[in-house]
Amino acid sequence: MDAITPPAPASFDRYLVAEGEDLAKLGNCAGCHTAEPSRPLAGGRAMPTPFGKVFATNITPHAEDGIGAWSREAFGRALRRGIARNGEHLYPAFPYDHFTRATDQELEALYAWLMTRRPIAGRAPETKLAGIFGFRPVVAAWNLINLDEGPLADDRQQSPSWNRGRALVEGLAHCGGCHTPRDRFGAEDRSHAFDGARIEGWYAPPINARSPAVRPWTADELYVYLRTGLGPMHAAAAGPMGGVTRALAQVPDTDVRAIAVYVASLMAGAPAARQDKAEPVDRLADVQRAHPEAATLFAGACATCHEPGAPMMQQGRPHLAWGTPLHEDNANDTIAIIMKGLVSPAGATGPTMPAFADMLDDRQVQELAVYLRARFTDKPPWADVGGAIAEARQGEHK
Amino acid sequence: MITLTVNGKAHQVEVDPDTPLLYVLRNELALNGAKFGCGLGQCGACTVLLDDKPVFSCLVPVAALGARKVRTLEGLQANGKPGPLPSAFEAEQAAQCGYCIAGMIVRAQALLEKNPRPTEEEVRSHLAPNLCRCGTHMRILRAVRRAAEAMGGGVRDVAEQTP
Amino acid sequence: MSALGRRRFLANALVVSFVLSGRGLAQDKKLPPSLAKTPHLDSWIRVNADGRVTVFTGKAELGQGIRTALTQVAAHELAMPPAGIDLITADTDLTPDEGVTAGSHSMQDSGTAILNAAANVRALLAEAAAWQFAIAADQIVMRDGAAHAPDGRRIGYGDLAAGLSLEVQAEPDMPRREGGTSVIGQNLPRLDIPAKVSGGQAYVQDIRLPGMLHARVVRGPSDGTKVKAADIAAVEKMPGVVKVVREGGFMAVVADQEWRAVKALHRLQAAGWERSAPPIPASDLRETIRRLPAEQVTIFDYPGPPSPADARTIRARYSRPHLMHGSVGPSCAVAQWANGRMTVWTHSQGVYPLRKALAELLRLEPQRVRCIHVEGAGCYGHNGADDVAADAALAARAVPGKPVRLQWMREQEHGWEPLGSAMVVELAAELDAQNRIAGWRHEVWSNTHSTRPTTAGGLLAGGELDPPFATPKPRPIPMPEGGGARNGNPIYALPNARGTFHFVEQMPARVSALRGLGAQMNVFAIESFMDELAAATGADPVAFRLAWLKDERARDVVRTAADRFGWPARRKGGDGVGTGFAFARYKNLATHCAVALEVRVDRDTGEIRVPRVVAAVDSGEAVNPDGIRNQIEGGIVQSLSWTTLEAVGFDKTHRASFDWSAYPILRFPAVPGRVEVHVIDRPGEPFLGAGEAAQGPAAAALGNAVADALGVRLRDMPLSPQRVKAALRPVRAEPHQAAG
Ligand code: FES
Ligand code: FES
Repeated sequence: MDAITPPAPASFDRYLVAEGEDLAKLGNCAGCHTAEPSRPLAGGRAMPTPFGKVFATNITPHAEDGIGAWSREAFGRALRRGIARNGEHLYPAFPYDHFTRATDQELEALYAWLMTRRPIAGRAPETKLAGIFGFRPVVAAWNLINLDEGPLADDRQQSPSWNRGRALVEGLAHCGGCHTPRDRFGAEDRSHAFDGARIEGWYAPPINARSPAVRPWTADELYVYLRTGLGPMHAAAAGPMGGVTRALAQVPDTDVRAIAVYVASLMAGAPAARQDKAEPVDRLADVQRAHPEAATLFAGACATCHEPGAPMMQQGRPHLAWGTPLHEDNANDTIAIIMKGLVSPAGATGPTMPAFADMLDDRQVQELAVYLRARFTDKPPWADVGGAIAEARQGEHK
Repeated sequence: MITLTVNGKAHQVEVDPDTPLLYVLRNELALNGAKFGCGLGQCGACTVLLDDKPVFSCLVPVAALGARKVRTLEGLQANGKPGPLPSAFEAEQAAQCGYCIAGMIVRAQALLEKNPRPTEEEVRSHLAPNLCRCGTHMRILRAVRRAAEAMGGGVRDVAEQTP
Repeated sequence: MSALGRRRFLANALVVSFVLSGRGLAQDKKLPPSLAKTPHLDSWIRVNADGRVTVFTGKAELGQGIRTALTQVAAHELAMPPAGIDLITADTDLTPDEGVTAGSHSMQDSGTAILNAAANVRALLAEAAAWQFAIAADQIVMRDGAAHAPDGRRIGYGDLAAGLSLEVQAEPDMPRREGGTSVIGQNLPRLDIPAKVSGGQAYVQDIRLPGMLHARVVRGPSDGTKVKAADIAAVEKMPGVVKVVREGGFMAVVADQEWRAVKALHRLQAAGWERSAPPIPASDLRETIRRLPAEQVTIFDYPGPPSPADARTIRARYSRPHLMHGSVGPSCAVAQWANGRMTVWTHSQGVYPLRKALAELLRLEPQRVRCIHVEGAGCYGHNGADDVAADAALAARAVPGKPVRLQWMREQEHGWEPLGSAMVVELAAELDAQNRIAGWRHEVWSNTHSTRPTTAGGLLAGGELDPPFATPKPRPIPMPEGGGARNGNPIYALPNARGTFHFVEQMPARVSALRGLGAQMNVFAIESFMDELAAATGADPVAFRLAWLKDERARDVVRTAADRFGWPARRKGGDGVGTGFAFARYKNLATHCAVALEVRVDRDTGEIRVPRVVAAVDSGEAVNPDGIRNQIEGGIVQSLSWTTLEAVGFDKTHRASFDWSAYPILRFPAVPGRVEVHVIDRPGEPFLGAGEAAQGPAAAALGNAVADALGVRLRDMPLSPQRVKAALRPVRAEPHQAAG
């Protein structure tokens, strides 16, 4: 499509721009498109795929390097069909298969918001994928098979809140972007929607009937978690989810409630939903005998926050036995949290935990993870704790 | 009996193995530098170097040290004279109550050893884990700048004063 | 006749006897208050045989540099090098009673007292030397710790003092030393800093006494809660636990090693807790404070003609939440009960009042309690220092003979320290047709700003014993100092102006003195409002202030800050970039401080950055200009933290701000780019404390700069990203809005 002269910011309706801002937060655009906080939306963040890195592009209204020359139509086509202004097919790492669900009005608002941002020069590194996937036409073929264009029709059996939630979860909020495993093309595998997936060394757990949560997630609890990053009966939002909850803290309440309602319905069939555990598992005595070294590490490094009687526990923070990460099928989240900690951005109120990567060595982290799993769950030991640690260390040096 | 190496000297201490390093430094080895500020890894008052990396000593069980070496503020004095960072803090009068200062000096030391010419932004983000309630930040930044220069490097991109 | 003419020297012994009638002579002249209370010179100054001088102050070093400044004052007046002086601070066995170290009073009180006492001592020394040299006293030159005769003879203070008694009363109005080099006005390096940058023993937290035990106090998460009954027998069997001390509802655990005490504490806390006080009404208490029953106190009433009928009225309402001192080092004390005496090493701001309260708590004669001040981490007002001293004393009494060190945990400091009260200010002004202020109303709502303990009931432990000591009823602090009303009286020469303090007695959360007391809020409100009025009249904010500011020293400070900032050439506000200005004289009787600053507001995130701050300050004669700069810099950064980030949050049952994640303060990446402080020295003028002067002006300058940057004013602190975002969001008018 033809390049246009970037429209003047003042030409956009300011109410529309404000709406667009909410949508951009619901979609967490900045999560992928901002690499350095001082250069918002200027791109640069890499998304690993099996074939190499896909770099998020500059989506500021810069005429050459960003999307300043994109008309409203070009923008709509990109979000609905994954085709850039110049006709190139975008990689499905850009979740247009979700964004396609956005309504025209929403696209209008998003466009208005993006075009009124500060234009920033500079392009993200070029994406070079290995083998045939380097050829964008393959993506076109993929689209032909997989892409189902346009907004979803409401389900009349369900509440308006549920429908709004579905539209967001399946659409702009693109929860599947992290929580659904990807296929060989780097696109979400729809047959395993929300089954859980690895993401940047973390694990986005299943948020459907396979949810490993120990206690049921109610819509109310999900709402609190999404808004504050902290679920008193489950866990604190860590890794990439931390950014998501911080963005969701700023969008209209009804939208977050709607997401919570819909996701709760996805998890309705999960084991926890059927059988609520009243008491946390804590096999302290057994584990102390089996893992004396880890018990010491825990007592000196962790207990001051996580043992009953610790200040954090007095404040009603989740018991480790309620924490979802320990109950997941792999050790990635547990390891990542121990090693990288939980960082709230400076000045914001929210759960934090120091990173232990420099305080403990790999063997100690491994001991600790094994201990935690044995003490606070009734699940079998994890298979590859060492691998998870290596993965987390790798991330450190990048 | 647990053995640990602090500022180049081996010590043996009789404490519970889960005792955080901070308590061992202060109470068993009578080193005042590292301070108890939170015990939660949130304030940096207890910062020491563990094999050249700054860590919160309030959360490192002494049994976890193994062969790793500990350096504290006291270890940054050379032949009874203050090293470049402590002297720079003195020269800039970079303290009010001073309770945070030991942690600041130790964390800054880790940075300047690794990167003798950091940018001001790097200094600020490197020091972010350490809190100062007195608001001595501006002087601490000046002291780090002065120390970096004394060590043959310097701090780059110091914000210009634009009237 | 010289002031010393009344003193007579005995011929064969160098003993000064003092004509007793001297006490009654100077009825017209008054000693400075601290000296009047403790008039004997040797209570303040002693000259040792080796020539070193010991100076005593009832004030405490709180990290504000008072040790250095007072040493300078003494050194100057005694004509000797500062290195020859040992300064003993607040100790009930040794030093004068100077009440509490607070309200930026230390230089004013103790500095003035020491200055006078030192002038007295110098004159006595000079007279002694004159007698020895058999020349007239005015021939003597005092220099470098010695008296010098014109012919080169010299005698050191140590020798002079051998026969001199300083057990005499100070004379008022002793002339200050003139000529010679002066150490006053010099940037003498702070005396306490070398130990602090080298790991020397500097704090009460660093005290290690032989046989010392470690203790922790056991409480619920915050004021108004208590722990449930725990399995004490099991805890007493834990390794190293010496004792679980229980007296009524007070509980502490004493152990041989500190970490063992912490582990025992966690075990005791695991039993859970419950709220003992009524539920907390809201998560943010400012609205609650505004609505609770209040006592009306007039804080000022400036006369003037009633405003004309055609005057237009401008109103605004400002507020702040509860704020925390949040010392980086939790409160700590060491106590020892031995030979029927309780000794407490404490970082309390008032060792004498604390002694009185402790004596009552322990049911001892005050003489059997000794409180020794040792520095703690920065205090900024009434924090946990006194409470922890009581906790340590009770723990120590249970293990006679043994010194006990008790430090609060981080969450106990956050949970129990007395907060700075939430406040609401409503302002209204009338502008006449010439855009002049024709009327002014100031209304402020607040809890008390001082619950400093003077009795056992003022200590946390006092309320926990059985029977409990009654908590004293809070009273408003009268003007001109004021508590919630502090700085509520505008410094501007306004006609027809009245102010009312709505003193709210009921305290939904524990509160007391926090740096500046009500001044931060009142100055934020007044100085924001001055900008709003300037905007309403189209005037430049600095010019508008100058038009109403009569005091010359105040005007100087305003002009200096504006000049150094480059105010006239500043860029026009907008697009997220703005500049702001504010001024106040602390309590309208202490330090003058003006702040100009620049902000950049990120319209996407709502975050405020401050690239540059320029301040000007006049605190009378500047004893140590760099010390003043340090205080003002620190005050600015701390105030910006309060103003942009901080708010204590509550749950129905407890304070939710229990640690630094739940109560974030400014960290390095967000502190200003540059802070410049210009000190205007006023030699010969009284010393004025500078410690609290910046809190209000910095807050207001920030608010004004943000308004300039965004075109929208934020009147509720903190000016958090959420508030900025909310203020920026356009609100679509409802299409079918009902009328009215
Ligand atoms: S005391 Fe260790 S981080 Fe605060
Ligand atoms: S100087 Fe007091 S906390 Fe930093």
